[in-house]
Amino acid sequence: MDFELLPNLVTFFPLVGVLILFFIKPDNKVLVRWVALATSLATFGISLVLLQNFDASNPALQMVTNLPWITVANWNISYYMGVDGLSILLILLTTFLTPIALLSTWSAIEEREKDFNIFFLMLEVGMLGVFMAQDLFLFYVYWEFTLVPMYFLIGIWGGPERIYASIKFFLYTMAGSLLMLLAILWLGINQGTFAVPDLIALGGIPAGIQTWLFLAFAIAFAIKVPMWPLHSWLPDAHVQAPTAGSVILAGVLLKMGTYGFVRFNLPLFPEAAVKFAPIMAGLAVVGIIYGAIVSYYQRDIKKLVAYSSISHLGFVMLGLFALNSQGIQGGILQMINHGLSTGALFLLVGMIYEQTHTRDFDVYGGLWKIMPVYGTIMLVVTLSSMGLPGLNGFVGEFTILLGAFGSEAIGSAWYAGLSAIGVILAAIYMLYMYQKIFLGPEGSIVETVKEHGHALRDLSVREIITITPLLVFIFWIGLYPKPFFALIAPTVDNLVAVLQAAMH
Amino acid sequence: MNLTQADFYTLLPVMVLTVWAVALLLVDLFIPKERKGWTAFLAVAGLALTIGFSLSQIGQESSGFFEMVVLDGFSTFVNILLLVSGLMGISLAYSYLKRMGIERGEYYSLMLFSIAGMMLMAQASDLIVVFLALELLSIPLYVLAAFAHPQHDSGEAGIKYFLLGAFSGGFVVYGIALVFGATQSTALAGIAAAALAGTANIPLMLAGSALILVGFSFKVAAVPFHMWTPDVYQGAPTPVTAFMAAGAKIAGFAALMRVFSTAFPSLAVDLAPVLAVLAALTMIVGNVVAVSQTNIKRMLAYSSIAHAGYILMAFVAFGNPAVSATAIAAGIFYLVAYALTNFGSWSIVIALEKEDGKGLELEDYAGLGKSNPLMAAAMTIFMLSLTGIPPTLGLVGKFYLFSAVIAADMYWLAIVGVLTSLISAFYYLRVVVIMYMKDGEPKTLSEPWLNLTWIAMAAITVILGFMPASLFNWASQAIMKLF
Repeated sequence: MDFELLPNLVTFFPLVGVLILFFIKPDNKVLVRWVALATSLATFGISLVLLQNFDASNPALQMVTNLPWITVANWNISYYMGVDGLSILLILLTTFLTPIALLSTWSAIEEREKDFNIFFLMLEVGMLGVFMAQDLFLFYVYWEFTLVPMYFLIGIWGGPERIYASIKFFLYTMAGSLLMLLAILWLGINQGTFAVPDLIALGGIPAGIQTWLFLAFAIAFAIKVPMWPLHSWLPDAHVQAPTAGSVILAGVLLKMGTYGFVRFNLPLFPEAAVKFAPIMAGLAVVGIIYGAIVSYYQRDIKKLVAYSSISHLGFVMLGLFALNSQGIQGGILQMINHGLSTGALFLLVGMIYEQTHTRDFDVYGGLWKIMPVYGTIMLVVTLSSMGLPGLNGFVGEFTILLGAFGSEAIGSAWYAGLSAIGVILAAIYMLYMYQKIFLGPEGSIVETVKEHGHALRDLSVREIITITPLLVFIFWIGLYPKPFFALIAPTVDNLVAVLQAAMH
Repeated sequence: MNLTQADFYTLLPVMVLTVWAVALLLVDLFIPKERKGWTAFLAVAGLALTIGFSLSQIGQESSGFFEMVVLDGFSTFVNILLLVSGLMGISLAYSYLKRMGIERGEYYSLMLFSIAGMMLMAQASDLIVVFLALELLSIPLYVLAAFAHPQHDSGEAGIKYFLLGAFSGGFVVYGIALVFGATQSTALAGIAAAALAGTANIPLMLAGSALILVGFSFKVAAVPFHMWTPDVYQGAPTPVTAFMAAGAKIAGFAALMRVFSTAFPSLAVDLAPVLAVLAALTMIVGNVVAVSQTNIKRMLAYSSIAHAGYILMAFVAFGNPAVSATAIAAGIFYLVAYALTNFGSWSIVIALEKEDGKGLELEDYAGLGKSNPLMAAAMTIFMLSLTGIPPTLGLVGKFYLFSAVIAADMYWLAIVGVLTSLISAFYYLRVVVIMYMKDGEPKTLSEPWLNLTWIAMAAITVILGFMPASLFNWASQAIMKLF
């Protein structure tokens, strides 16, 4: 019986906003926006206190809350929350991206704003819960719960094909998680506990069964990541989702998949993880190359960014399944980097879309002259996304490649070598997109917008405020990543020790 | 022949309710036509009184009438669930009957009789009593299904239900006869003893148990004995459908669980695979066919078939003493989750139903998210609960159920279970899609008892989803008395 207020406060604070919102008239849009924003900012503030209290040198779970929840017969379910090096950055990423995403909706969401904000804050609760839960049942509850608000966000406020996209999103994810549910039940019944740290300490799952359990968890997470070939829901969901939804989807929801691999698959089934490492790394490499090539052929900016996510998350997966310290640390940092860069990209795409109502980049061109600030920011983010040294993406990808080259589990340097091609391809498609939009002769869109009575304008102050925090971190991680690694390293080293033991 | 106090105590709630129902039938004669609401209130009072007696019996165990009926944790749990279902059934019917112009006092007496039959079913420990209870619960239901006379659909539903019900009753009687022939006993304990002592004719007993299973499969609407369900559910007055979907299913499963785990554990080796296939078929057919429905009553009918499959799944392990207690607890826990959600969703169906039988297509729910956000939110909760998505009771129920299946090492069945849940997500979500993402102006009825039902059910579904521990404890202690 432990209770620590802080992690619970972070997780459930958004509900305060939801409660207040219930009592506000839907017509009062200004108040609705401010309440939601203030709540999410306060949540971010509390998460900073959480960081303050986090002891980076301690590899174990910290600020643990562990209360018995459902204890009947052979069931032992607890309300078990805690923070460690694997989750602290993702928690901060979530609380950091939510206010930014909310701020971006102020001009984009015109309809049913109150409902939108309620769903968004509920989504935040679910995501934070996923990163903090240390009990498998509790985790499953949070994990499935995130589906519901996201389903509404896409389905109500999305693009023309929103219903199809939202159902596809829901069913794909649920298909995976149901298999995971069976694996969770097996663990809970046969090991007598659902608590993850206890399960890890207990160990001793026969190798044959580990394979099956590993697969059941892996499919659930691989769909979420998404790994090739389970990715087909992602482009639909991204293209149809409203901007803020895309930001959170790419920034946080996909990370729930990669996080799941580090948190559950690796420590719970280390033997199986070692066995599957080459296969997972292979799929990751295919994803990297496939995502990059498909991105190149897109004509819709948002779809391009969506496919580039498949490529980038391939890097994360490659790093995780290198099963060594560098690879996993790089993988975790790259989750954050991808959240920042891709989040920023979706925001920027959303900003131009609000003005032009098209994302087809054949009609764009020469925007640099009209929108210099927008062009500059976009350039930084584009470079960050393709991994230019000095910006965040490079640090992550480089560490991952180092890890993958030296990985004993993967067993061949070819994987890393091939995925390095992905870095080059990223440069090609990202720069190609940038050139199409900002350089060259003025595109037809400039005229089209004029015909509707208003000229293209550069970013507004609110839009710059929205994007600036992301830029700060893009530079910070790129130039001085040490404090970020310091948060991750001790826990990862612990995990690697477990994996090393399984390897030999 | 000496009857003692213990005999009457065992059957006290059933007797109270039966006497009340008879009295109500008489009292109703003196209630003027325009004041039939009084009958409803009197019926509620009777149910409340009976709930009181049932609550006082928690933790008690006894048997009576020469061990033909039994009182134990299991029967008390099921009785209370049935009585609460009855209360909800009346709250749904109260304004509906008036609105549809079919308000007649017999409605409530018939319901009470039927509930008494269901409770007797849960307490029966002799096959003869099982059959008696089956008829007592069914006959009033036939009448209720046809209650919207002279409406054509309702009459058709009544006849269909009656014919197939009588047919399935025939199976049960024939099965009982064979079992009696094989074991020289109709008492559940006697049958088990005969099998154990080796004096029973096992093939004959197996045939008899199979016939009983077929009969009950009709009652709980398990595939391939489900054909009547969509038509009857669609044609019967909606409150009757809601009551049937919950009550008849609870009673049917209660009897199945008791009869099979008390009398036929020795046949488990032969029967378990049959039950597993039956469960799998029911889940698959129920969910797959539900996908193509456009009428909400038919959709919920198929959904109720599918849920029968899930409950059957827990029951497959009845012969394995290590897990059968958990399996039965999981089964009745799921019945609670199902009953609550079921009444919630049916009460919303009633709130949208129009006098001329309109308002029952899925498309009629378009725009409910805007025109009545609270009701749409409640319906969403029910749909999520039926799918098994947090934060609802349905998830906990499914979790419990699947854990029983996994504990019994029936992995393939568990996988069929989760895959069909996925299919079910599609059609439950469609309701949500239509409510929130399509435009329309549905008119909803606001009637105090109805509102109370769906609001309370939605709240309970969520709250118990977070705090299922006490219900769990109760269900896991609701153990059958063994002789």
